[in-house]
Amino acid sequence: MSSTSSQRAVYARIRSNPRFAELVSKRQGFATLLSVVVLTIFYGFFMVVAFTPNVIGQRLSEGSYVTVGIAAELFMFIFFWVLTAVYVKRANGEFDDITTEIVRDAAKEVK
Amino acid sequence: MLARLNVLLLGLLAPALSFAGDAISATEKQPLNLHAIGMFVLFVSMTLGITYWAAGRTKSAADFYTAGGGITGFQNGLAIAGDYMSAATLLGLTAMVYSKGVDGYIYMIAFFAGWPIILFLMAERLRNLGKFTFADITSYRLNQNKVRTMAAVSSLTVVCFYLVAQMVGAGQLIKLLFGLDYTIALFVVGALMMVYVTFGGMVATTWVQIIKACMLLAGGTLVMILAMSQFGFSFENLMTKAISVHSLGEKILFPGSLLPDPVTALSLGLGLMFGTAGLPHILMRFFTVTNAKEARKSVLYASGFVAYFFNVILLMGFAAIIIVGQNPEFFEGGNIAGKIIGGGNMVAMHLAKAVGGNLLLGFLSAVAFATILAVVSGLALAGAAAISHDIYARVIRQGKATETEELRVSKLSSVGLGIVAIVLGIAFEKMNVAFMVALAFGIAASANFPVLILSMYWKGLTTRGAVIGGYVGLVAAVLFVLLSKSVWVTVLGNAQALFPYDQPALFSMPLAFLVTIIISKLDNSAEAQAERAQFDDQYVRAQTGFGAAEASAH
Repeated sequence: MSSTSSQRAVYARIRSNPRFAELVSKRQGFATLLSVVVLTIFYGFFMVVAFTPNVIGQRLSEGSYVTVGIAAELFMFIFFWVLTAVYVKRANGEFDDITTEIVRDAAKEVK
Repeated sequence: MLARLNVLLLGLLAPALSFAGDAISATEKQPLNLHAIGMFVLFVSMTLGITYWAAGRTKSAADFYTAGGGITGFQNGLAIAGDYMSAATLLGLTAMVYSKGVDGYIYMIAFFAGWPIILFLMAERLRNLGKFTFADITSYRLNQNKVRTMAAVSSLTVVCFYLVAQMVGAGQLIKLLFGLDYTIALFVVGALMMVYVTFGGMVATTWVQIIKACMLLAGGTLVMILAMSQFGFSFENLMTKAISVHSLGEKILFPGSLLPDPVTALSLGLGLMFGTAGLPHILMRFFTVTNAKEARKSVLYASGFVAYFFNVILLMGFAAIIIVGQNPEFFEGGNIAGKIIGGGNMVAMHLAKAVGGNLLLGFLSAVAFATILAVVSGLALAGAAAISHDIYARVIRQGKATETEELRVSKLSSVGLGIVAIVLGIAFEKMNVAFMVALAFGIAASANFPVLILSMYWKGLTTRGAVIGGYVGLVAAVLFVLLSKSVWVTVLGNAQALFPYDQPALFSMPLAFLVTIIISKLDNSAEAQAERAQFDDQYVRAQTGFGAAEASAH
């Protein structure tokens, strides 16, 4: 899939725009941070399941059947989903605004 | 007996998202279920109506493969949920919570946790770089012939194994739920799938998946609410009773026999997470939306529905321990210590009958059938796209095929895949096909995912590295599953497994990454240099969406 020469010119202009580098490092940094949070919690939980399964079944309080495992999992379902919402909000708002601006500037200058 | 049950449940669930394991427990034909058939006929008429409408809107290749790229994030989120949650989710996971307790919940979080990662690392780049198939992305700056052929081969392998597993499961399930003959059931599923895909393409497939997702969410929620009302909507009340009657007692709160060792647990987690991110029919859904914004929203909605439904399943499973497990009506010979009528996978169905009578049972049966149709249609479409778009249009005709020719080939391929699915489904009727889904996920995580993610993130990737690494991942995943207990011992009848774990991903995926990276690094050919040079433009497009495939106007 090859790009046309005018597309290539736009790509070159976008690359030379310092805002592009800023966008990429901001967004990639944010996405990486969130991924690390999810992966750490998820595999951390799996390590507990694998190596100290007894912790999973411990009750949070006497007389309640909400255990560490059930509470931790419910937390993960909700927290991970909230993280996706946070990412979508920031990417579709702040990051996409910068993107639109960068592309518009580059396309204008090439013409 | 207990060990066999574990194998059965593992077979059912470890390979994820399929009810392939149903095939292991030979099902008995049940009496004709008229409520279920009535509701199913209603569903089929509705979807055929949509297919007729969709056929009028399916004119170009873009319409056929990606519904013209005009699906909204919300619609696509529902469709992804419909594509992702198979009958295994409803039947298998409910059964797992019912018999094993919290183990089922641990599996569910593994099914779920891949979605945020797909959003953070892939969704936007998939939409910005892809057009019809994920091979559009991997071959973006690499050798079209070689990379597309490799991607198509591994896609088709994944689709075929997944499809056969679904078909065998479908035949068994329908025999059980509707009282239809196995062969007839396969023909019904295969024929409907061909009609949806051939005439309605992605538009019809998307709507079948959306309707099915709504039915599944509504049906599950209704059963859960009716069941929980028997416990005054109190989780404590529910658990007190469940623990007092369950044969495992308090042990249902602890991880049990389904995650026997750390290696299996980790391999399962990796395979589910990254296998999902390499399934061709799931990846294809990202090309149906208007732009990267909508692609991100799709994941938000899809993961919300999936997370919600898994928690519904947890409550259904625990409630079934009392409502189904203590009711002699649902056991063979009325003995609650004995076998459940229709096998373990029927727990969700029995629960529906117990709380909502024959009407709710009929509805849930129709939901299960709709689920099968939605999943096999998505698979067939992804397979057809690999044949017609990647192999025929790009490799054989070198991009010179007209749209009409490409469309004709894709429709023929859908019919061909339907026939293959029916024939193989019949051939494998009596066989344990659980390994096929393990294989599909293993290949997706080992052959598709590493090349896909490296092509988007790593400038150094070359054709030679991608092709050799991809094939190594494919072969390694196949070999590890072949030599594991689920095939080497259970299917082929050998005494000892040569590969000790049923889940290949922990080994085959890093191997594929390693080989791809090393071969790419060693590749100093002129082509490799040119391929690396093209990364910068691809990178800008991936990040900004400039030059990305646009939605076609209607």
